[in-house]
Parts: sequence; C-alpha cells; structure tokens
Amino acid sequence: MYHSRRDYLIAFLIILPSLCAVLIFVYGFIAWSIRTSLSAWEGIIPDFSFVGLRNYIEIFSSYRFQTDLWNTLFFTILFLGLCVLIGLLLSILLDRKVKCEGVFRNIFLFPMAISFVVTGIVWKWIFSPSVGVNAILRAIGLEHLAWGWFTDPAKYLNFHVALIPIVIAASWQLSGYTMALYLAGLRGIPVEVREAARIDGATEFQTYTRVILPMLKPITLSALIVLGHISLKIFDLVYTMTGRGPAFATDVPGINMFETTFRANRYAEGAAMSIVMFFMVALVIIPYLYTSLRKEKQS
Amino acid sequence: MKSIKTSILLVLTVLLLTPAILFAGGKKEEVKNELEIFSWWTAGGEAEGLEAMREIFEAKYPDVEFINATVAGGAGVNAKAVLKTRMQGGDPPDSFQVHAGHELIDTWVVAGKMEPITFIFKENNFLNAYPKDVIDIISYKGEIYSVPVNIHRSNVLWYNKQIFADAGITPPDSLESFFAAAEKLSGKGIIPLALAEAWTNSHLFESVLLGALGPGKYKGLWNGGTAWDDPGVIAAVEAFINILDYVNSDFSALAWEAAAQYVIDGKAAMYIMGDWAEGYFKSKGLTPGKEFGWAPSPGTAGSFLMLSDSFGLPRGAPNRENAIKWLTVCGSKEGQDAFNPKKGSIPSRTDGNKSLYDAYLKSAMDDWTSNTIVPSVMHGAAASEGWMEDYNNIITILIVEKNVDQAVKAFLKAAAKNLK
Amino acid sequence: MYVNTGTYRLNRAISRGILYTILLLCAASFLIPIYVLLATGLKSFKDVNIAHMWSLPDKITLSSFVKAFIKLIPNLKNSLLIAIPATLFSAIIGSLNGYVLSKWKFKGANIIFPIILFGMFIPYQSILIPLVQFLSFIKLYGKLAGLILVHIIYGIPITTLIFRNYYTEVPDEILEAGFMDGSGIFQSYLRIMLPISAPGFVVVIIWQFTNIWNEFLFAVTITQKPSLQPITVALQNLAGSQIVEWNVQMAGALIAALPTLLLYILLGKFFIRGLLAGSVKA
Repeated sequence: MYHSRRDYLIAFLIILPSLCAVLIFVYGFIAWSIRTSLSAWEGIIPDFSFVGLRNYIEIFSSYRFQTDLWNTLFFTILFLGLCVLIGLLLSILLDRKVKCEGVFRNIFLFPMAISFVVTGIVWKWIFSPSVGVNAILRAIGLEHLAWGWFTDPAKYLNFHVALIPIVIAASWQLSGYTMALYLAGLRGIPVEVREAARIDGATEFQTYTRVILPMLKPITLSALIVLGHISLKIFDLVYTMTGRGPAFATDVPGINMFETTFRANRYAEGAAMSIVMFFMVALVIIPYLYTSLRKEKQS
Repeated sequence: MKSIKTSILLVLTVLLLTPAILFAGGKKEEVKNELEIFSWWTAGGEAEGLEAMREIFEAKYPDVEFINATVAGGAGVNAKAVLKTRMQGGDPPDSFQVHAGHELIDTWVVAGKMEPITFIFKENNFLNAYPKDVIDIISYKGEIYSVPVNIHRSNVLWYNKQIFADAGITPPDSLESFFAAAEKLSGKGIIPLALAEAWTNSHLFESVLLGALGPGKYKGLWNGGTAWDDPGVIAAVEAFINILDYVNSDFSALAWEAAAQYVIDGKAAMYIMGDWAEGYFKSKGLTPGKEFGWAPSPGTAGSFLMLSDSFGLPRGAPNRENAIKWLTVCGSKEGQDAFNPKKGSIPSRTDGNKSLYDAYLKSAMDDWTSNTIVPSVMHGAAASEGWMEDYNNIITILIVEKNVDQAVKAFLKAAAKNLK
Repeated sequence: MYVNTGTYRLNRAISRGILYTILLLCAASFLIPIYVLLATGLKSFKDVNIAHMWSLPDKITLSSFVKAFIKLIPNLKNSLLIAIPATLFSAIIGSLNGYVLSKWKFKGANIIFPIILFGMFIPYQSILIPLVQFLSFIKLYGKLAGLILVHIIYGIPITTLIFRNYYTEVPDEILEAGFMDGSGIFQSYLRIMLPISAPGFVVVIIWQFTNIWNEFLFAVTITQKPSLQPITVALQNLAGSQIVEWNVQMAGALIAALPTLLLYILLGKFFIRGLLAGSVKA
C-alpha cells in the first residue's frame, strides 16, 4: 500500500493531541500518585518527605486491606462468571427468532442505562433481610432459603457470603452488555456453519457446545476484560448498597481508598491503595494487550 | 499538493477546535459580589433552615448573590471529599460547614487553612452568649475559628410510649436497668433496641462509653487523660457486646430512618440516636411526648454529648467581607432562632427564644445550659478525622468478632497513633 | 429430515413455549428493581416504609415525580450540555485515532495504542487531587468546559479501541482504490471511512453517553455551583444528609434514566449491529 511520508506525518499529528492528553491525565497523574504513596502525607497539607515503602507495609499488614483483596478476588470471579452465563443464556434464547426481540433486548439492556448510585439503594432494599427477598420467600413457603444476605458476616476460606447479593446486583446491571456482545457474535456466525453441524448429525446442544461456543471465545475474552476492570475498580454500587459491611464483609479497595483518603486524611496510604489497585488492573490487562496485539501482527 | 494543503488545514482545525470550543465556555468572569458557602444541607428541614438564614442574610445585604455550593449524600461524606479536593486545588469557598471540634481544629486549623475569627465574637458580643465548653471546642491556641450554628445531642434514648406502658417499664437510667428492661421486652417478643447500619453502631458505642465512664473520664479518652484499657472502657465494650443480643438482627441492612421506623411501628421499643431522629418521628406524623418519649441514654443523665455544625472562614476566601457578614448572621440570635426550629436542633447560644421550639427541643435547651457538655466522637467533635476512622474500623470488627481483648488492644493502638 | 411433520410441529410448539417461558421469567426478574423504583416513586412520603416495599401504593400520587422533575430540570439541561459535546468529541477523536492506528501504522503506532488504551483502567479516585490542581491551573476548574474536557480525555481510550477494532475489519483494498485517485489521508477518511462508520459511532455514542450521563465522581468534584451541576449530583442532592425522601429520590432516578433509556430504545437495534460489525472481536 502506498502512503506518502507526509501522510504518515499527518497520521502522527492526528494522534499527538490524544497521546499528550493521556500522558498528562493518565501517566502524569499516576506518577503523582506513586510519589504520594511513598511520602508521609497525612492531613490537608501535602508532605512529600520520602518514607520508602512504609505505607505499603502499613496497608498490606492491615486486616481491612487484606480482606479487601480477598473480596475483590471472589467478587471478580463470581461477577464475571455470572455475567458470562446470563449473557450467553439470554443471547442464545434471543437468537432463536423470537417475537418482540426488541422489547426483550431493551429490558435486558435497560439496567445499563441507570446510575449505580440509584440501583445500589434499590438492591439494598431488595436484599434487606426482614423485608426484601426474604419476605417473598417466606410468603411462598420457602422460608428455609431466607438468610441474612449482605448482613451475614460468615466467611468460608476468606470468602464472605455477604458478597453474593452484590454480585447479583452488579450482574443484573451488566449482563445486558455481555448479552449484546454474544448476540452480535451469534449473528456473525454464518448459517452454513450451523447447517454443516446439523448435517454431520450433531444435536442442537452439541452444535452449541462443540461448534458455536468455541467460536465465541474471543468475545468472551473481550467481555472479561471490560467487565474485569469494572469489577476491580468497583465503588459506587458497593458504596451505596452495603458500604463496608459487618467486619468488612463487603469492603473493596475502592471504598477503603476513598475513606482513607477523604475521611481519615491519610493521603499517602490512600495513594498506596490506588497504586495497588492500578497494578491489579495492569496485571490483568497487560498480558491481554500483549497477546492480542501479537496475534494481530501474525495474521 | 492541493490535497495535502486541505489535509493539513483539517488537522489544524481539529487540533485547534477542541480547546477553542472548550475555552469558549470559560470566558473571563466579571468580579461579582457573591457569597459562596459550602454545606451538605440540601433537603428537608435542614435545607429549610438554611433557607431561613439565607433570607435574613439577603434582607440585610440585598446586593450580595448568595450561592450554596451544596453536595449531599452519605451524611456529608461526599461533601467533605469535594471540599478537601477544592481546598487543595486552591479554590476555597467563602465559608463552609464543618463539625465543631477536632474535625475543624485538626483537619483545618492546625494545617493553617483557617483564619481566626475571634474578632467577630468580640465585635458582636458573642462571647457571653455561648457556653464556655463550646468556646473551648472551637478554639485553638487562644483563638476562635468557627461559628457554631446549632447543637445536636447524641446521647438520646427514644422509646415507644405504648410499648413501655404495656410492659410497665420506665426509661432505663443505667446500663443495669437497661438490660433488665431489655430482658423483659424480648420476653414479650419485642426487639428491645433498634439499630441500623455501620455508623449507627459507632454512634451507639459512644453513648455506652459515656455511660460506663462518666463525663470526666470520657473526655480524658481523647486527650490522653484516660487510658483505653481503663476498667470503664472494658466494661463499655462488654456492655456493647451484650447489647448486640438485644437488637434487630437485620441492623446492618438498615438506614438510620428504617430503624427509627421500627420504633414507630412498635417492632422495637427503644432507639439510641441523635436528636435528628425527632425530626423523622415528626415527619411521619407523630407528636413529641405523645407516641414517643425520650431520656438520656442509660447512665448518661447530666451529660450532654454534643455535636455541632459550624461555619468558618477559610484563608484566601474570595469574598472575605461577605463571609464575615455571613458568619455574623450565623452567630446571631435571630439567625439561630430562624435556623434551628426548622432543622430540629437547638441554638448553640444560650439565649434562644424557647417559645419557638417544640417540647423535646425545649427540654434539650434546658439540659444544654445545665448539663456537663462532652464532645461526640462519631460526629467530629472529640477526635481528629483519622482517629474517628480508626474508631469506626474497630467497631466494624467488634460487632462481628465480639472480642473484648482484640478491641481494647486496637483502641490502645489507635490512641497511641493519634495522640502523638 | 422429519418424517412426521405432526410430531415436529408439536415438538416445535413445546420448545417455543419453553423458550418464551424462560424469556418471560428472565425479563420479569430483570424488572424487579424497576418495579421497586416505580412503586416507591408513586407513593407519598408518609407511605414510604421499607417494610412495604413490595406493595403497590394505596393511592397513586405523581407528586414525587412532579417534585423531582421541577428540581431536576436545570440539571437535566446541564447534563445534556455536558454529555452531548463530550460524547461527540470523544467519538470523533476516537474515530480519527482508530483510523490512523489501524490504517496508517507509522513507526511506533503499535506502542502508542496500548499506551492510550491503558488509560481506561486507572481507578479515578486516585487521580482526583492532581486533576483538580491541573484544571485550576488551566482555569477550567468549576466550569462545564472543564468537566467536558475530562470526559473527552478519559473517553479517548475506549473510543479509540472501538474504532480501531472496527476499522481493522475494513479491507485495505477499499482504501487503496482511493489512494489510486490521489486522495490523501484525510480525503480517504472523509470519503471512504466516515460513510461506513455509522455502526461504530452508534456503539461509541451509546457507551460514552451512558457513562458520562451516569458519572458521579468527576461531576461532584469538578462542578461546584448548583446551577452547573449535572443530574447525578442533583439527584444525590434531592436527599439531605439526614432524612431522605425516598419517593422523590426514586422518581428522580427514573427521570434521570429517561434520556439514556431513550437512546437504547432508538439505537438498540444498531447497537447490536455495531458490536457485530467488528468492534467485539478481540
């Protein structure tokens, strides 16, 4: 393909403002946060005297931050799993030439349109043990299924059961997104592929498990990445729905960071938490970027 | 060549257009005669109270534009985060709402962000109108730093009168009589004490601490005078753990109003909550003294566990003169008597016009002038914000682990860290 | 294949029945929170009691909706003033970036892309303080323009990603035909790429508009005057610090969600199509 040098220069100039903006607003600010996290800043007045890794040692040895990390891990696994499952189920159902597909689709996408700040409160009510879902369970005679939901401090091997209602709320909000992705993916699979499978004598079920699902793998991956970074950063929803929870059963690094910084005025410790969050995200994203960009080069 | 020219032209337009359009919105603003105050009073009685004070201000200074840069949500937590970010960004409002006491002193005054306003107190003869305990709470190194607008009481026990009459009990005046009453009530299938989400646990604990230690020792906790492994503290932690056996099991799920609703609905008999609870009872159509009654929380009679919203003068306020005018209104009898009946709190001055207040508030005004005044920790008066956060974290774990030793050790550690 | 068409029809009817039953159940459970929102919004303050959250109001009153609407109107306007330009600008910038990064891979383009993309993933709470300082420095703090700028910049990574993936699917041959005619980088963009970009724009617009509309943290930090606050902040301000009128709050939430909902209803069909058109491939 012929491109003139001047065109390449223009191409670079087009990208330059974005690059500069990102360098300042993302990398510059992160550098600032890293510097803060290595300082003694406590209180309103910045104090940048260097203290090494003291703040990191402090947060990693605190019960609260350890709990936050476990909670994030379990929350992320469950939330991603549920979103993928629900999204897949809904998209497969909707892909079967359903009447009023648009109506159903909008119902499933609708939660994405509402602010976390509000849905948090509604879900808080719904899982409120004395009046919410439990009241309905009692009314239909399934009383033994009623439990404390997000007020239950029980934990099994560092997994707090109180996270389950939050996982449900977050999945409700975002499984519409995975549904849309999968639906697009399913529509992208040529009819011939299915027909070929059918001619080979595969049942409907086998067609899905052996042919279609493997073809949706790249979609699953990109869904996991987008949802994964939402999950690692999650704040609004948990903050309005449950807050920290009993014995930090529903605490996440985002809440801890916010409260440590803006309530306790421990800016250096808060910055250290945000850097840890940042590296957690990086840990997920960098391998993905690396492999997907390399794959592209090869093809 | 022509195409290259157009291309470059286009690139330049895009490059220039973005900032140009963005800056277009930010044309120079004229210097205006404004007063920007910052508070988290955005709805209900507190917003009405603020509106009443605003009217007084505007009647006196009609040419000043009054702006309430308000941020609600999370009982002022969002507001505080925004305020701190603004102050650090070098953009202070003219005056802002802050809890009187250590939240004011430790966060703002020590950091040199506030101007002393002792002169306002002197010029307007406020000094004699406020109790000495309050002047102490808002002072640092001999200078006064904020004008308290109102006083709330934290150690109030609210109770459902019908339930108390049916069970034949009177408001418990000690922790022992509280447990006796609680036992009796739970025997009848009534939740003895209503409780709500995390911060209300911390709120309850300060009343228990005060009840177990008494005002002198309680105050000592916050200045090093009382050790955190004092037998009184241990007794308070033990009592708190026992109290948890008598509260609604769903407490972590409830906002504070929902717990108050339990008392209205007769599901729960008592509630230890600040006196803003009265505003909620009244908003649901109840009359003070008729359906619900009140008493000092068990063991705290004679002590007034106070918190106060106040306004101060940040250094570098863009409209300093207007801010001083505003603070003068906040400290005046007229301003406070306009604000407090609507807010459901009492004036911080001792000369409020009682006829404007309801039965509960009248009794609180009496106690305010006769009781020992002690500062609330949960509401920013007794300790720095960092210490308060540590205190909250300890309670969060205590309500699940119920481990006295662990809690006392953590309290000791927090005190050592924050008293340095 | 099917010998007995009668059985086939029956089977088909049954499986359709099951299909619709499951779908309806799913839809109903998705609507539960909406029901709670609506039922609470239609109650009067005295009747709002979490213990009766499931019950419909005895008397339907629209007063909370009216009250919320009156209070929120100026902020609805602010939100539109913020979300529309921010969405459009970040979409246009993303489209240009995506075009360059997919079709004009100059030296270093493959490094620049991940550098930009990574911006999506920072926890925003951690950069609030330098952000405010920087905005005050360029005199945009406390102004709508400042908030718009922030949304555009933090939108660049995602919009660039979506458009880059979208344009990668466009065969190079289409562009090359253009270059034969002597078109430069911009002509080919305007003549060839832009006309086929509609699905990409739909995805980006929906995504960005929804995110910006619902964003709270930047909005609350950057705008101070009530007259400039967007709807999410105003919605929070409907509640005071002590007694919250949940009926008004919930009614307000539904009103606040209307523009985004409208966007989904109008563009929902194209949303799937846009996702299908390449932007979902990893």
